[in-house]
Amino acid sequence: MNVHLEFEAVIGLEVHVQLSTHTKIFCACRVRPHDGKSVAEILVNSNTCPVCAGHPGVLPVINRKVIDYAIRAGLATNCKINPKNSFARKNYFYPDLPKGYQISQYETPICEQGWLDITTQSGSKRVTIQRIHMEEDAGKSVHFNDYSLVNLNRAGVPLIEIVSGPDMRTVEEAGTYLRALHAVVTYLGICDGNMQEGNFRCDANVSVMPKGSKKLGTRAEVKNVNSFRFVEKALEYEIARQIGVIRSNGAVIQETRTFDSAKGVTVSMRSKEEAHDYRYFPDPDLVPLLISEAWIEKVRSDLPELPQQKKKRFEIELGLSPYDAGVLTSSKAMALFFEDVVSALVNKGWNPRAAAKPISNFLSGEVARLMNEGDLELSQGKLKPEHIAEVVQLSKEGIVSSTGAKQVIATVWKTGDTVHSIVEREGLKQVSDLSSLEPAIEKMIATFTHQVAEYRAGKEKLLGFFVGQVMKETGGKANPGLLQELIKKKLSGS
Amino acid sequence: MEEIIGKNIKMNTVREIHDAFDSGQLSPVALTQGYLEVAQKSHHNAFLTFCEKRALAQAKVAERLIAHEGQVPREKFPLLGIPLGIKDVLTIDGVRTTCASKMLENYVPPYTATVVARLEAAGAVILGKTNMDEFAMGGSNENSAFGPVLHPTHSDRVPGGSSGGSATAVRAGLCVAALGSDTGGSVRLPASFCGIVGMKPTYGRLSRYGLIAFASSLDQVGPMTQTVEDAARLFEVMAGHDPLDSTSSLRSKENFVRTCLTVPDWSRIKIGVPNEYFVSGLAPNVEKSVRTALQWFESQGAKLVPISLPHTSYAVAVYYMVAVSEASSNLARYDGVRYGARPSLASETGDLATFYERVRANFGSEVKRRIILGTFALSSGYYDAYYRRACQVRRLIQQDFDEAFKTVDFIASPVSPTTAFRLGEKSQDPLKMYLNDIFTIPVNLAGLPALSVPCGEDSEKLPIGLHLIAPAFQEGRLLCLAHAFERRSA
Repeated sequence: MNVHLEFEAVIGLEVHVQLSTHTKIFCACRVRPHDGKSVAEILVNSNTCPVCAGHPGVLPVINRKVIDYAIRAGLATNCKINPKNSFARKNYFYPDLPKGYQISQYETPICEQGWLDITTQSGSKRVTIQRIHMEEDAGKSVHFNDYSLVNLNRAGVPLIEIVSGPDMRTVEEAGTYLRALHAVVTYLGICDGNMQEGNFRCDANVSVMPKGSKKLGTRAEVKNVNSFRFVEKALEYEIARQIGVIRSNGAVIQETRTFDSAKGVTVSMRSKEEAHDYRYFPDPDLVPLLISEAWIEKVRSDLPELPQQKKKRFEIELGLSPYDAGVLTSSKAMALFFEDVVSALVNKGWNPRAAAKPISNFLSGEVARLMNEGDLELSQGKLKPEHIAEVVQLSKEGIVSSTGAKQVIATVWKTGDTVHSIVEREGLKQVSDLSSLEPAIEKMIATFTHQVAEYRAGKEKLLGFFVGQVMKETGGKANPGLLQELIKKKLSGS
Repeated sequence: MEEIIGKNIKMNTVREIHDAFDSGQLSPVALTQGYLEVAQKSHHNAFLTFCEKRALAQAKVAERLIAHEGQVPREKFPLLGIPLGIKDVLTIDGVRTTCASKMLENYVPPYTATVVARLEAAGAVILGKTNMDEFAMGGSNENSAFGPVLHPTHSDRVPGGSSGGSATAVRAGLCVAALGSDTGGSVRLPASFCGIVGMKPTYGRLSRYGLIAFASSLDQVGPMTQTVEDAARLFEVMAGHDPLDSTSSLRSKENFVRTCLTVPDWSRIKIGVPNEYFVSGLAPNVEKSVRTALQWFESQGAKLVPISLPHTSYAVAVYYMVAVSEASSNLARYDGVRYGARPSLASETGDLATFYERVRANFGSEVKRRIILGTFALSSGYYDAYYRRACQVRRLIQQDFDEAFKTVDFIASPVSPTTAFRLGEKSQDPLKMYLNDIFTIPVNLAGLPALSVPCGEDSEKLPIGLHLIAPAFQEGRLLCLAHAFERRSA
């Protein structure tokens, strides 16, 4: 009976954002123990103290920077900041939770009732942010065949959990929201944003219901998915699975599932009956924290430029299209990279508006392709802003063709070599030397006499054909603009 | 040497010992060695761990300092060379700290509690860690995993708990003074049973950093001493804000010793006598001693004012909800993963739940009872009826005191309805045991300072304690009142 029904998904996301403060949330241990290295690279259990290791008798003391960062996140997502904050204990047993409880917020999250606007193929949409609360990260369990080990280096690293409303209806919306949120927290400078290292972790609540229905279906929670692409794959799988269950007259059960990225499927972890009773209660070790209006205003006045503001500025100051500006500002790394290329060219005497378009073309074209192909971040390639600046310069001077430019970028991405050396090595310099092109043109005219006659009789379309033939002859190195002019001249001149 | 110790040292106070140091009659090393010897030979089971090496090293430093200065530099080192006992609920870097529990039998903390660090910085010598009820849960010291502490003078009696080891050690002359911790009366009750002075300061006055938590919103460290003056000396050294404890008060240090030693202006003192604290169940000889004490205050010129603390009857119930709820969470970390004894078969269990079950079987029965009660009180569906309601009534109890202190300066009562009871007498009846703390518990719920000072003995020569309560942060005046009372016959 359900076979013909059309379904739509209801998606809400809970995102754990690891804050990039200097020290942990309740002690003086460092968040990034040795600069340049990730937490994972530090000797196991070396970045701990009695407080974050949960020794008997220790007490937490709040790191005020965490409050600043949480307020930043709240202001950037249009939230109300609660003046009175308290911390609560979330009680559960797990070997990597040193105290047997996690210090979190329950009844009074620091931020509430915000929103984030997103733009998808089908238009723009407002996603509500129900709450943002502060909490401490747990340690990490490493499981072996018949034993497990615990690393507490991460224990006590500050997190904010950003909880959206169940407002998204498609995988695309969910993916767009997640990327937009990632852009916000990285622009704010409160999170390193590295999903592989767990800086930005997503749990998805998803259910399906007949299209147009007002009654939400039973939801499943998909836990800990660690890349944008995996979140989308997990949601696609989970939506299809739930629709399949209902179509075959089954019932979706409320449960927690994990995403198996190797198989591309979600797997049941525990059902509602097995769900924890966290026994939240106010943490008596931390006094209620009052956030004054002045404190909020101080944080507001220090807010950096956010993605939406940057996008507007790119459109107005640099004359980029809303689409191009949107692509360039979708991540902080991309936006900063773009701005660096612009200033490099401005230093070479370019007008910023003239520079913006070709840079934008390369970044949203070839560079974006390379990133997507490998599911990589911009920082994971070896490309630097100076490389793109040079490529733009060489293109403009006609020294490399647009195909050649793409080839240069692809090689730099892998090797990081200088543009100059790649152009030389791969022979990408266009032939603009008349003396070396003329014999090839002569040869072409001699070979294609029939076509030459037709052209002269008015079939001007054949010009492209002639250019192609000479190009073939010169191994594709001829400067196409120059070549066209030259052929034109030759054929009309005699 | 033993003769010197035996004759001159027992019952000596800080001031007397410092005078003996100055005159060269006594040396810090000899004193420490003497106390260690007596304490190690004692049959009371008052100490769980001795730290001889550390103590002797500290005593040697004291000795050199005195030799160098020519006398005790009292300003800089107010406790120089004074041998102390520390309740085994406070951490000392490198010294086994057990909370009298199997769970922490081999736990050696890597850091020192702030209050202990401050005592050591003042020159004190730490002899060792004193026995207690497991995780400070109990009123008789019968709940120690390492055996009960005996009463200092009546070996068939309990010393009171949970700081029973410290109380017995001070009274039996195994140390000059000691630290206890007081969550519902655990300093004052054993002080009363053993005939010494025990003070619970205002919540937030002393740092809780390094005090292994039982109930975080109630726990407070307190000095246990032979005299009120010594209590003031220890307290003054330990008081003051600690940046490692968010609940510690920002108030600056005061000169508590000087305030303690002043003479009260009796004509301006009003002492409240709560109707609710003189009820049936109060042993007649206890009531008689306390009434006599009140008459003495009156004879000095103080005014006695009958007052009412109407929510007193709810205090024990509220306390057991709040304390056990917090305890159920505070004790969750003893899971056998990092510390906490792990029974031999625990790691061979297939699933985590069975593992925890085996590990947590190591708690004693009173601790298990409280963890289960607390887990229940915080559970979803019961939270509002138990924990939240208890917190609401707690505020009413606080308001009772706020009201009372609008008209009086102090409140006086017995510390406990009875004197020290027999070993085993109440251990099978938790409720009866809980009622020992009926007069001390409201003070913890309200976060107020209070102390126990000896006010007499019953017919069996068992000590009786007078309970004096002051408004928050009025420890100076409280010590002054108690000091005057202590010296009433002098």
